[in-house]
Parts: sequence; C-alpha cells; structure tokens
Amino acid sequence: MKIHEFQAKEILSEFGVPTPAGRIASDILSVKTIVDELGLPVVVKAQIHAGGRGQGGGVKVTRTLEETRSAFKSILGMQLVTHQTGPEGTRVDTILIEEGMNIARELYIGIVMDREKSRACFMVSEEGGMEIEEVAEKNPEKIMKEWIDPALGMMPAQARKLVFFLNLPPEAMKEATRFLMNLYKAFEARDCSLAEINPLVITNDNRVLALDCKMNFDDNALFRQKSVSEFRDLNEEEELEIEASKYDLNYIKLDGNIGCMVNGAGLAMATMDIIKLSGGEPANFLDVGGGASEEQIENAFRIILADENVKGIFINIFGGILRCDRLANGVVNAARKINVQAPVVIRMEGTNVEEGKRILGASGFNFIVAEGMRDGAEKVVQAVKSAEDWGISGG
Amino acid sequence: MSVLVDKNTKLIVQGITGKEGSFHASGCKSYGTNVTGGVTPGKEGQSVDGIPVFNTVKRAVESTGANATMIFVPPPFAADAIYEAVEAGIDLVICITEGIPVFDMVKIKNYIKDKPSRLIGPNCPGVITPGQAKIGIMPGHIHIPGPVGVVSRSGTLTYEVVGQLTSLGIGQSTCVGIGGDPVNGTNFIDVLELFNADPQTEAICMIGEIGGSAEEDAAAYIRENVKKPVVGFIAGQTAPPGRRMGHAGAIISGGKGTAEEKMRIMSECGVTVCQSPADLGATIKTVMNG
Repeated sequence: MKIHEFQAKEILSEFGVPTPAGRIASDILSVKTIVDELGLPVVVKAQIHAGGRGQGGGVKVTRTLEETRSAFKSILGMQLVTHQTGPEGTRVDTILIEEGMNIARELYIGIVMDREKSRACFMVSEEGGMEIEEVAEKNPEKIMKEWIDPALGMMPAQARKLVFFLNLPPEAMKEATRFLMNLYKAFEARDCSLAEINPLVITNDNRVLALDCKMNFDDNALFRQKSVSEFRDLNEEEELEIEASKYDLNYIKLDGNIGCMVNGAGLAMATMDIIKLSGGEPANFLDVGGGASEEQIENAFRIILADENVKGIFINIFGGILRCDRLANGVVNAARKINVQAPVVIRMEGTNVEEGKRILGASGFNFIVAEGMRDGAEKVVQAVKSAEDWGISGG
Repeated sequence: MSVLVDKNTKLIVQGITGKEGSFHASGCKSYGTNVTGGVTPGKEGQSVDGIPVFNTVKRAVESTGANATMIFVPPPFAADAIYEAVEAGIDLVICITEGIPVFDMVKIKNYIKDKPSRLIGPNCPGVITPGQAKIGIMPGHIHIPGPVGVVSRSGTLTYEVVGQLTSLGIGQSTCVGIGGDPVNGTNFIDVLELFNADPQTEAICMIGEIGGSAEEDAAAYIRENVKKPVVGFIAGQTAPPGRRMGHAGAIISGGKGTAEEKMRIMSECGVTVCQSPADLGATIKTVMNG
C-alpha cells in the first residue's frame, strides 16, 4: 500500500524524524492562515502517490502570498502528469504547504526490504534528488548499503558508518545519526516495504530534515497497522480494483480486450501470457482464489464486464480438488444473473470434468469449451476477432 | 528415491481443527501420507478424522515421532507456529499459510538459519512425492511417480505442468512448491541441489515468476552445478511494472525482476526456456529423449 507525502511525514514526526513545518491547505482561504503561520517563502506541493511531481509542475516555491494563492489555484484539481502516472495523469485533490528551506546540501536516504538477503537494507548517497536506480546504475560507488540484523535492529554504529559516508559537517552528525536510527524504527514499527527520504536536506544552519518522504507498506501486515490502513486513498486506486478487493478477488486492470478469470496467481499470469502469445491482449489479471465459488465467479464476471473494453472472457480453472460440475453450475448461474453476452471460453480441469462440460453445453449460453490452455487462449482470441468482424460488442 | 518426503515421513498438521487444516489433513491421509497427529492449542484430546490433536508441537512429536509438519495457522500467528515447529526439532516445516507479514518472515528466516529444520513456503501448495506421500493442498490424483522433479513459485501453475506431464505419461519424482512470497524458506537453489543429487530425478522443471532475482541466481547455479536437463518458464511476461500480481513477491520494481530478463539469463545458463506455459510438458519430453 502507498500513502501520500504528508501522511508519511506524520509517521516520521511520530517517530522523531524531523520534517519541515507544513499544513494541508483545504481551500483558498486557508492559504493565508498557513502562510501567516509558516512565513515566506513556502513550497506548494501536490499530494499524489506518483513520484516526479516537481517536473510535472506539481511543486512550486512561492515568495509572496499572491504567488502562493495562484500556485494553489493552478495545482488544485490539475491532472498532474509524471513519468509514473501514465499519460492521463492523476487529479490533485490535496495540497501541502511547507516552510521554505535554506538548503546547503541534498542527500538520499532509503530503506527497502531486500528479499534476496531477507533483511532490511539501508541505503545512503550524496546524490540527493536523483532517482536512486539511476545512481545505482551509473555510479554504484556513490551508494553505501547496510543490512539490518533482524534480531538486533539497527545499531548506532551502522548509522554512524552511513553518516560518515555522507561527509556531513561535524555539527550535523549527531542529528543525522539520530535521524537514521529513528527512520529505521518507523520502518520496522509500521511494517514498511519502502521508506525513502529523497532528498534529505542539510540547511545552512545545519538542521537535518526530510524534505520529501515516500513510504510503501507490506499489505500482509495491514491487519496490525490500523493507523496506516486509515491513510488509504481510494481516489488513487482503480475503481474496479477497489470493487474487486471487497470480494477478496485479486484484480488488476490492463489495456486489452480479453477478460481473464483464473484460480491462482501464477496460472493467472501464465494465462495472460498465453493470450498474448495467441495474438490477443489480456484486459485484466484476475485470481478468483482456490475455491472459485459461485459467488466469486458471479462477482468476477461483474467486475470483468464492467470494463468496457472487454469483448470476450477466458475462464481458466485448474481445479484439481474442485469439482467441475459444481464449477460449471456456478458459471451458468452467474452468467444468468449477470446476463453475460460476450463470448465465454472455459477451460477446466478437475473431478467430474465430463459432467461439467455437459452442464455448460446444455445451459443455452454460447459457452465455448476448450481442451487445455493453448486451445482456450486460441479460441477466445478467435471468438473476439469474429465478434469484432461482425460488429458485435461485449457486455 | 525422491526428495524431502517419502512413505516414511510422519506428518503432523498445525491448525488441524480449522476448516482448511482439517480438510487437507484428511486429503493427505487419504492419499496415503502417514498423518500421525495435529496441533491446536487448547484442543488436546480431540481428534480430526481419527487423527489425534495435541496442545503443542512438542507433545505431538513426543507422542507420534513426527518429523514433518504442515502449517495452516492464520497469518497473524503463522510465524509463531513455524517457530514452535523448529523449536520442537521438526526436520521439515511446510507452511501453506498465505499472507504472513514480511517482517515476521525476516525474523523467522534469521532464526532458522542455524537450525537443522528446513522450511518450505510460506504461501505454497506443499510437497508431493507421487505414490508415497502428499504434504500439501495439491490434487494428488493428477500426479504419477516418475523421473521429473518439479520446483515452482506457483500453485495452480504447477498443477498445470504436472497435468501436462501426466497426460504424456511422464511421472514426477517430487514436486516442491517454494511459495509466492518475497521472503521464503527453501529457495530454487536448495531444491535444485536436492534434485541434482537424487538418482530418480532425470530432468527438472522450474517454474518461476516475475519479481526478485531467485530465478537468475538459480540459473547461475544450474550452469555451474546441474548436469540434468532443466526446462523453465517464467509467468508474468505481460505483467505491468510496479503492480503486485496476486503473489506478494510477484512485482517488477525499479525495472528489475522482469520475465524477459529472467528468461534471457536462464537461457544463457543452459535452461530450456518455454515461451508458452502450454509447451512445458512436451518440451520436457523432448529434452529427456534428447
């Protein structure tokens, strides 16, 4: 799960990691109150999850109240396009106004969960403000990494080592060490998968502050992170994906026109792959889970068909333990309730597969039964092509 | 021969009184696995499908001599269940549970590294040695004994491959699901090492997916160490970057962990890589005849 910068900074403050003073400006009237409180200059910052907000015009430094008001008006409601949003951009609904800083240096500080080493990895670099992937590619020697022992947690000696690498003025060292220690505490306590301060700034008077902050969280741990869960912003999510999550369906919308309904994540990905190999484009990833109950199938149909691009559906269920007659009944009943018009290709494996096929055949729907994954993928691609040739739309 | 489990394996089931636990304990038992006991704290004295329930893993081990466990405990308590099994000296700990927090697994993995126990999973279908023992949630009847070792990050995609193999009359030595989480116990290399040393295994099928670099590491290991033919597939060739594709570990981040890159490196290291998941069975047949 992702959160906004201002929310991440709330977490930082809670753990004693210093951030610039800032307020959320809810409307144009509040801009003056905030400017009076913070003093000028200020920074007006669009709050969307995607990175690269500055280049897209979502961050502006202003030196007068008028400038601040006009920055607020131009950013609020804009479709902010960055390299992470896609061409349509993301609408800005929330704006953070922060005190301006006299920046002496910009540094990079980040913690990620390193899956290969199975421990958190602390990374620092003097190349603040740059994409760390780019630094890692071009100048790996400019990054220092420390892996955190899960039993010990972060040790002050590790923090000092990282701070020395950053060549900080002696006056800022103590504060920087405390900054790193506290950041790790927040990372662990809140089950983060990423905590990135880019840049961390050293001011002219040697204060150490998180100028920006990006935090991602382990979805599996949200059950014990109530305060983090409350930061979820549904405006940042695809409508159909929110709907799917209500029914424990793992759904991700893609750009193609063939809807997929599969049990299991690996098989669901492989099904998308084979559709592509057969000359089609998958419209989604959808894992209905191990059970594939009638209710799951019904909801899955509804969500797949809510995507207007979908012109055909491929159901690929390797049941094994699951009984195919039950599955077939589930598909038929769900299709009846939803009134599915688009061609549906079904490939199923499991117990009573012959009875399952009979039920599908006798249902009155134009279900196409496939033998195996490739056959299924080819049939659905073909069905969508002929539907397009005849000008029949899905839905 | 086979790897990890065979007819001598004595299994207990942690979380046996739950819906999943009881269903699959019975499933394993009817496959022929020696299911000697189950564990649910506070329910000692009860039984599930004739399998006695104990309060602790230690008591179950003392009473039954179990050397393997299958864990169905819900995610908030699963790390504790793994710890309890390792602490009780169980050789093989197979954790089926999906949704365990990463930090819990990081701590468990650190704890287990100096212990003799082997952890498989979490978020995996388990391990099956066809005709001998099934420890997991896979459909037993699609498997037949034979020469192909299967190792995979995915559940149903593994069944798909096994189904293809069986329909071609090619059996499996052992099928190991290592799970779809970013931090897991046994990895590809561990299982490849076992298959490489197992005389029954003549060919290996390796099913990976996007995210992380476990497949790349395994490929390097294969190039140096594995003399048996290896056929591979990576799921997620069409997956968009930055999105978690169902499995917690299946995510392309910072341009790393793409299917394309994994397949390229596997090919370079001598793995026969299939573009299509439908070709796995036939390709294995070809490499075995070659």
